Amino acid sequence: MSGLAPKHQRLVLVSVAMVVLIVAGLLAAWGLRSQADYFYLPEDIAAKPPEPGRAIRLGGMVQRGSLRTLPDGVTIAFNVTGREGNAVPVTYRGIVPDLFVEGSGVIANGRLMPGGTFEAETLLAKHDENYTPRELEGLSDAEAHEVLEKSVDQ
Amino acid sequence: MIAEIGLAALWLAAGLCLLQFIAGAIGARGDEQGPVSALVRPAAIVQALLLVVSFVCLLWVFAVTDLSVALVAANSHADKPLVYRISGAWGNHEGSMLLWVTILGLCSALIASLERRMDARFVKTALAAQGFVALGFFAFLLLSSNPFARLNPPAEFGAGLNPLLQDIGLALHPPTLYVGYVGLSVAFSFVVAGLVTRQAGPELARAMRPWVLAAWISLTLGIAAGSYWAYYELGWGGWWFWDPVENASLMPWLAATALLHSIGVLAARDALRTWTIMLGVVAFSMSMVGTFLVRSGILTSVHAFAVDPERGAFILGLLTIYIGGAFALFALRAGALAEGKRFVALSREGALVFNNVMLSAILAVVLLGTLYPLLSEALGTRVSIGPPYYNPVTAVFAVPMLLVLAVGPLLRWRRDRISRIAAPLVLVGVVLAASVIAVVAFSGAGVLPTIGLALAVTLAVASWLPLMGRNPRRVPLALWGSMLAHFGVAVSLAGMASESAFSTERLVAVRSGDTVEVGPFTATLGAVEPVAGPNWTALEARIAIAGEGVDTVLRPQSRTFTDPPQNTSEAALLTRWNGQLYAILGDAAGEGRWQLRLWWKPFVTLIWYGGVLIALGGLLALLGHLRSGVRRARIGEAIAQRRADRESEAAA
Repeated sequence: MSGLAPKHQRLVLVSVAMVVLIVAGLLAAWGLRSQADYFYLPEDIAAKPPEPGRAIRLGGMVQRGSLRTLPDGVTIAFNVTGREGNAVPVTYRGIVPDLFVEGSGVIANGRLMPGGTFEAETLLAKHDENYTPRELEGLSDAEAHEVLEKSVDQ
Repeated sequence: MIAEIGLAALWLAAGLCLLQFIAGAIGARGDEQGPVSALVRPAAIVQALLLVVSFVCLLWVFAVTDLSVALVAANSHADKPLVYRISGAWGNHEGSMLLWVTILGLCSALIASLERRMDARFVKTALAAQGFVALGFFAFLLLSSNPFARLNPPAEFGAGLNPLLQDIGLALHPPTLYVGYVGLSVAFSFVVAGLVTRQAGPELARAMRPWVLAAWISLTLGIAAGSYWAYYELGWGGWWFWDPVENASLMPWLAATALLHSIGVLAARDALRTWTIMLGVVAFSMSMVGTFLVRSGILTSVHAFAVDPERGAFILGLLTIYIGGAFALFALRAGALAEGKRFVALSREGALVFNNVMLSAILAVVLLGTLYPLLSEALGTRVSIGPPYYNPVTAVFAVPMLLVLAVGPLLRWRRDRISRIAAPLVLVGVVLAASVIAVVAFSGAGVLPTIGLALAVTLAVASWLPLMGRNPRRVPLALWGSMLAHFGVAVSLAGMASESAFSTERLVAVRSGDTVEVGPFTATLGAVEPVAGPNWTALEARIAIAGEGVDTVLRPQSRTFTDPPQNTSEAALLTRWNGQLYAILGDAAGEGRWQLRLWWKPFVTLIWYGGVLIALGGLLALLGHLRSGVRRARIGEAIAQRRADRESEAAA
């Protein structure tokens, strides 16, 4: 590069930087498309189930009366309901977050298994009034309770 | 009364900030400077004093829990220990913005009182830029986030502070991070002043370097502290989640690291002028993007204190003005900047350009990953982006960067030959090959951890190679600093790779008296009993740990706070030289059993020790550069003195 005029050197540097940044952008775009976890409500899963084994996020309300601990003492099973009363069975092996209770909002990261059960790897519970998982914002507590009461009545 | 003093001081400071901007802008116009422009330095200093008064007032109302102040009522409670009442002052939106503005004001005052290397016009321009940035945040604070708003009638009880934030981590992590974020505003103001006054040479780089170093050190410590806080307080056993809020602190750090290295080139060789200027703008832009992401409530996390779209729009507006304005100025002036000096690809400059380009690529990858969910949500699809994206895609750029880092510091400026550094190159190659083989043969770790461990070993050796052929006593302090910081990168990388390759986890439901094996230890559950703290009650498990000569008891707790009502898990940690044992108590699992989650994480502590070493390296470099700056100034004075003497002799 020493044979180049300073102006050309700058051009070379700028081109190198641009090329690398474009490669970074393309790589990122590819990674984002293939690695994004899509968000599903229970009704979305009923309407258009994701392929089994793909990482997704499931959000909704923990159905009242559905939460139970399996005999091993560290696996729990419960149903997640959405706006329309569809319920997805979920299992989770681990220590549940504080404030994870029946009738509260939850986001689960995991995979839908071939049998239709959702295996959660992580659970995120609604923390307090100021902190609702963003995906659950559409679902106010009142709405959620309505949904839940309906589902209990049925 | 105290709250009114605080508010009045804040308004007065805003007025002085306006004066600082106007006086600085007049001073920026040229040499014919009226009396107004002389006011810029005093205005900056008095403004900072007023801001400190205002911030102390806020600390005071929190310390005494003055429930007639809306912010205190919403975020504090008299029952909290004093240290958490005080640190709670910045554990909320308004208080943290006041802290931001206070640090911004202190930066202005420091520029006004310390900066002597650049001429008066430059300093005035920089202070005008600094004032312009501060004005926007003053407006934000006073118009939409007044921390001193009164509540009438006063609340009877405070609502309390999120218990996750009641931790010594909160007392330290935000202020250090903010010093880093806001410290980068000085880089921004300096490059703006450099563009306006058309000074973009080595003097600008030398003047900027201490400021950028100081901000970078603080940012490094803030990120390390935040990571450790998340690790032990959230109870998930992870130390980095690629959470957008974490990315918000990582992005300015990446930009500042790149800036630091390109400043080195500009100061030593007068090359990379435009690039350095642009990085200065990018680094502070990333600080503001971070603030926007965290403060606008667009993200969900413990950091998003309040969801208020108006505030988000306000910060977004500020962001557009500052970043857009700076880039417009850049576009206008960059073409006119004189070209820097030339160099060939195989040279110190070449290696540093490589470092810069790779850091920028990583920055782009993280930025895209952070913004993609927001863009995608605006288009109606909700997605989340996690480690399966970030880990491999950042590694594509981080691995070549770290390989070049192993040999880059050995290269000479301007041009070099491979044959000159053949011996160390072979050494680095052998260490790399040997460590890859050793890791593959003995550990069976995954691909990324294997690469990480091998690179860490190689880098740990290579970072000290610049000592070869030098008398250690005569090595400049700044070089010690850079070697130590690079060694810190290796240490931190070793911790990350080891944690992800060798961690063992046990999740069990056990009765009192049952024993579990985890890593080299056995853990025996003793009694689970209630205990009480100042503002919480808890269930505490006693877990007897034995093995490797250890015989101790871990006491993880499940705490229940009343104000606000919330439960938290307090992890119990056993720190050994070769790793940490991490224990979490879960819920009762029926039949007298308790859930326990135990991790043995070999060498996980290296992650944060590495961070501290990196910061320490930065500190050594800062001291070294300050010392040589003073020496250079003294030599300059001596030369001027001698010349004056000679002239007076000649005249006589």
